[in-house]
Amino acid sequence: MKRKFNLNRKFFKKLEELIFRVLMIISTTIIIVALLAIIISILIKGVPSLSWEMITQTPKGGYYFGKEGGILNAIIGSLYLSGGATFLALVVSLPLALYMNIHKMKEKLVVNIIRLFLDILWGIPSIVYGAFGFALMVFLGLRTSLLAGILTVTLFIIPIMVRSMDEVLKTVPRGLIEASFSLGSTRSETSFRVILRQCIPGLITAILLAFGRAIGDAAAVLFTAGYTDYIPTSLSQPTATLPLSVFFQLGSPIPEVQNRAYASAVVLTVIVLIISISSRAFSMKYQKNRIK
Amino acid sequence: MINGSIINIEGLNLHIGNKHILKDINVKIPEKKLTVILGPSGCGKTTLLKSLNRLTDLYPEVKTQGKIFNGGIDILNPKIEITELRKKMGLLAQSPYPLPMSIYDNITYGLRISGRRKKRYLSKRVEYYLRQVSLWEEVKDRLKDPASALSIGQQQRLCLARGLSVDPDIILADEPTSALDPVSSREIEELFLKLKQRYTIVMVTHILRQARRVADYVIFMYLGEIVEHGTAEQIFENPQNQITKAYIKGTYS
Ligand SMILES: Nc1ncnc2c1ncn2[C@@H]1O[C@H](COP(=O)(O)OP(=O)(O)OP(=O)(O)O)[C@@H](O)[C@H]1O
Ligand SMILES: [Mg+2]
Repeated sequence: MKRKFNLNRKFFKKLEELIFRVLMIISTTIIIVALLAIIISILIKGVPSLSWEMITQTPKGGYYFGKEGGILNAIIGSLYLSGGATFLALVVSLPLALYMNIHKMKEKLVVNIIRLFLDILWGIPSIVYGAFGFALMVFLGLRTSLLAGILTVTLFIIPIMVRSMDEVLKTVPRGLIEASFSLGSTRSETSFRVILRQCIPGLITAILLAFGRAIGDAAAVLFTAGYTDYIPTSLSQPTATLPLSVFFQLGSPIPEVQNRAYASAVVLTVIVLIISISSRAFSMKYQKNRIK
Repeated sequence: MINGSIINIEGLNLHIGNKHILKDINVKIPEKKLTVILGPSGCGKTTLLKSLNRLTDLYPEVKTQGKIFNGGIDILNPKIEITELRKKMGLLAQSPYPLPMSIYDNITYGLRISGRRKKRYLSKRVEYYLRQVSLWEEVKDRLKDPASALSIGQQQRLCLARGLSVDPDIILADEPTSALDPVSSREIEELFLKLKQRYTIVMVTHILRQARRVADYVIFMYLGEIVEHGTAEQIFENPQNQITKAYIKGTYS
């Protein structure tokens, strides 16, 4: 009897292990295949239409009918817009995240209420931010402009940035914070000289996440940043962006222009890749100093 | 044997939520001696130690009453300059937490936040403090390496050196050897014996034999109260309280 029972247990253990193994393999495969499928299909359709001209020139007269020109307006516009928004969001988010974790360590209730609000804001679709940004613009008498786009996107990525930074800062060991304070550090010395150093790799990931959302989003900038064939030379001018550029080209009935949409998508992907790889290289420097 | 005291704790009570953690603590900690706080797990040793440099401030649920005097100043007075007070007390935690930077920067950190910037001065100090904890020979060729790359025992000595770098009067140590192997533990013990010539050391420990080896003065705690305190001789040779007796004899369970 007993032996049989043991055998059964052993069998179920094996079975359990097998099931989870299979699940793991399936999910990993799905992720990798989906990623590769997206990248490969964009590359196949986009790379043949990619040209030097495309990334170094603005659209000339008949670009959207298949004539010469490029999408430099959208590339520069997107970089301005998402760079500006990421910077502004960083200026707000980092102090807020530090404040929540170091200064307001005492008032757990306040911090948790802030977290709740940020989570709700995170969940709101970007088109709603777009509509809000548009309403605000009308109210302030602004026209579609780089500035309006930057402000809208900033609002949209702040919750993402703060909450991801917050999660990173939460992982700082208590003992490290105590060590810093017991050396006579003030709260800002603890924040900026110790915690920041400890968290730089994670904080960079948080910034990248927000940047990725900013550069990839079309809905928030549709009504606020507008679209133009020119590279903006001031904050009050409208600007083109890569996602909208993809959108307009893809909507064209002309196959050549549609293929350029894929080429633009390749450009967008490459920009995100370059930025994420280079900032990871930067964060490696701090990774080795981390205290576990 | 015991002359002046450096810390006077008077009527200290500490609550966490509605739990009474430290109950009417009254004790004087002698200067330039090694005081050991002994007692079973959960009796409030760590809490008492952290009250001394007000690390308890970091925890909202902690409420403290009473007075702790150091040089005529009440440490618990919320108006005092807490960072200056903390610089006078180096803390050595249960497991080492070096700062997330190089070995060199770990020692210079405290000096820099006190406004010392000169390269030559800093380098000299680094060597001095690393020698104090017998770490210099081991790390002098890799001062720029991350502190996290050191062994646990080396990290603990680095943390001690870091604590010394802000020139404290008092070293607070919370079971400083509990994460270490026997050899590293002995190294820390020997360092303490050497350092107590110049510093007041307050050390929490679980290990009775360690307490016997290093203590000048002993505070014995039980369930948040000090049941007995006195010179090491008194406590180890001639304890008065029943619980202390049992604990010292090792029959406490
Ligand atoms: N943040 C906290 N919240 C609630 N209770 C706490 C908190 N910190 C400590 N305590 C309680 O306070 C009491 C004393 O804790 P303390 O850590 O000072 O004990 P200790 O003597 O250092 O024990 P050990 O020898 O195990 O380290 C314990 O009963 C513990 O449960
Ligand atoms: Mg303890």
